[in-house]
Amino acid sequence: MVAATRARPAVRDTAGAGGARLTVEGVSHAFDIRGTALPVLDRIGLTVEPGGFVALLGPSGCGKSTLLRLVAGLEPPDEGRIAVDGSRVAGPDPSRILVFQDPTLYPWRTVRGNVALGLEARGLGRERASRADAALRRVGLDGFAEVYPHQLSGGMAQRAALARALVNEPRLLLLDEPLGKLDALTRLAMQAEILRLWQEARFSALLVTHDVEEALVLAERVIVLSDRPAAIRADIRVGQPYPRHRDDPELVRLRREILGILGQPG
Amino acid sequence: MASLISVAGEAPQGAHRLPQLPWRGLAAGAAWLALAGATRLLPEDGDFPYTAAFAGAALALALALPVASALAGRLGRIGAALSHWTPWLTALALAFLAWELVTAKSGLLPMPFFPPPQAILEVFLEDWPKLGGSILASLKLLLGGYLIGASLGFAAGVAIGWSKAVGYWAHPVLRFVGPLPATAWLPLAFFVFPSSWSASTFLVALATGFPVTVLTWSGVAGVNKAYFDVARTLGATPRFLVLRVAIPAALPHVFVGLFMGLGGSFAVLVVAEMLGVKSGLGWYLQWAQGWAAYANLYAALIVMALMCSGLITLLFRLRDRVLSWQKGLVQW
Repeated sequence: MVAATRARPAVRDTAGAGGARLTVEGVSHAFDIRGTALPVLDRIGLTVEPGGFVALLGPSGCGKSTLLRLVAGLEPPDEGRIAVDGSRVAGPDPSRILVFQDPTLYPWRTVRGNVALGLEARGLGRERASRADAALRRVGLDGFAEVYPHQLSGGMAQRAALARALVNEPRLLLLDEPLGKLDALTRLAMQAEILRLWQEARFSALLVTHDVEEALVLAERVIVLSDRPAAIRADIRVGQPYPRHRDDPELVRLRREILGILGQPG
Repeated sequence: MASLISVAGEAPQGAHRLPQLPWRGLAAGAAWLALAGATRLLPEDGDFPYTAAFAGAALALALALPVASALAGRLGRIGAALSHWTPWLTALALAFLAWELVTAKSGLLPMPFFPPPQAILEVFLEDWPKLGGSILASLKLLLGGYLIGASLGFAAGVAIGWSKAVGYWAHPVLRFVGPLPATAWLPLAFFVFPSSWSASTFLVALATGFPVTVLTWSGVAGVNKAYFDVARTLGATPRFLVLRVAIPAALPHVFVGLFMGLGGSFAVLVVAEMLGVKSGLGWYLQWAQGWAAYANLYAALIVMALMCSGLITLLFRLRDRVLSWQKGLVQW
């Protein structure tokens, strides 16, 4: 099964038209905490069209990140079906890459070594350094290839983590609150960066966030989740053209609507 | 003296200042000159054939140090090292002087238990073949046992840290047997093993293996789980996860284990050589004590300290190379 999903995209991968279609159908999942099941996901169903950008918005600890781990194939769902381009997700695959809230760069590798990790893990020895350097240029980190992670700022480390994902030319990028720990200004710059990278490479993107503005500025669709166990409360299409402005009246209206759904006075 | 020296060193930096005298070098020279003079000229209580040689060596240093420290600026790295160690060289001369005075010159500390420096110099110059042979024998035994113990301990630690099944079986054994000092196995080892050399190698390996195993294990078990998630989403195989993620992440712990193992192996080495193997520095110590050759005893202790310190230095150099990515390493 994994071989099948790898074999097919190989052609499209190099063509650059890389967006995958993600379908999640009736997925429920529970954590096992000392024998008692704690339900975190309740019959989630959603679709990300090829090249689409969908944001999952919900309160902290509602189970959004768990859904991304399931889509990444790090764990199997208790119930339901997750498929990418029609084939069921059976395990991790480099065509679907998860970017974590913490950059989790390996401190013993240089930035270039970290970015080349996926290529090395798959035995793609040739051009490893040049592809890593190209990915670093794409995220604006050229010149930092030889540096060790402890010498990077938080924003730079997260850029390096993005480069580590992008060097594999993923067809589906899963972003788990990747900007959650950055300061406000770096955050704005990185939002623009993610948008640019998405527009260039046209991968499909699924972003988890608890920041309503971030979801509205970046995504074409915002899916609002309830408190744990997470169920879908609303699926909102954001039609505004990019680049978007935070004070766009339509976005302000949507923001009020979403906060209302989340039970916050807007 | 220290305050005088620093005042001299902090003279205003003028463009046309007078050439400075090498105060530190002169102080060191004076100390060595005092040692040479006292050794050569004061009457001795006893018969020491190397008194003149020792005084001569001290005199040579007394003349060389001021000159060398005046030229230190032009001697590059050697010069920098010399400037750094000059206060220590001064203190060393004063310590030798005190030692000389309380032993050979006054008999305050009696022979043969407290030989003067020239008696130890005599041992180095006369008995070096036996001493050198002992060093080689010790090194051979130590390094053989250490390498075996460190390799097996590392492999066992990785296996226990990585595999739950291996951990299940190995953990109780390790807990039960590990804390037993390796020297406790000594009587058993000497009749189970075919030769005292193989028995001692086993003991040294055992003393090394336990800390290396435990620390490698805790290093591998403590690797941030997110590192594995990252590698797995990027398509890593289990082999890659062990070799490229778990082991590099655990290396700082492994080096602590290697350091502790080396310390433990020194202790076992000396005991094994004293009780079983008829060679090596431990045996030399035993032999010197048996003949009441206390100068030889001190000489062997000095050599042993140099050997152990040298090996630890080597290990730290290796660590600095391998773990250059870490910040805030302790400098040895």
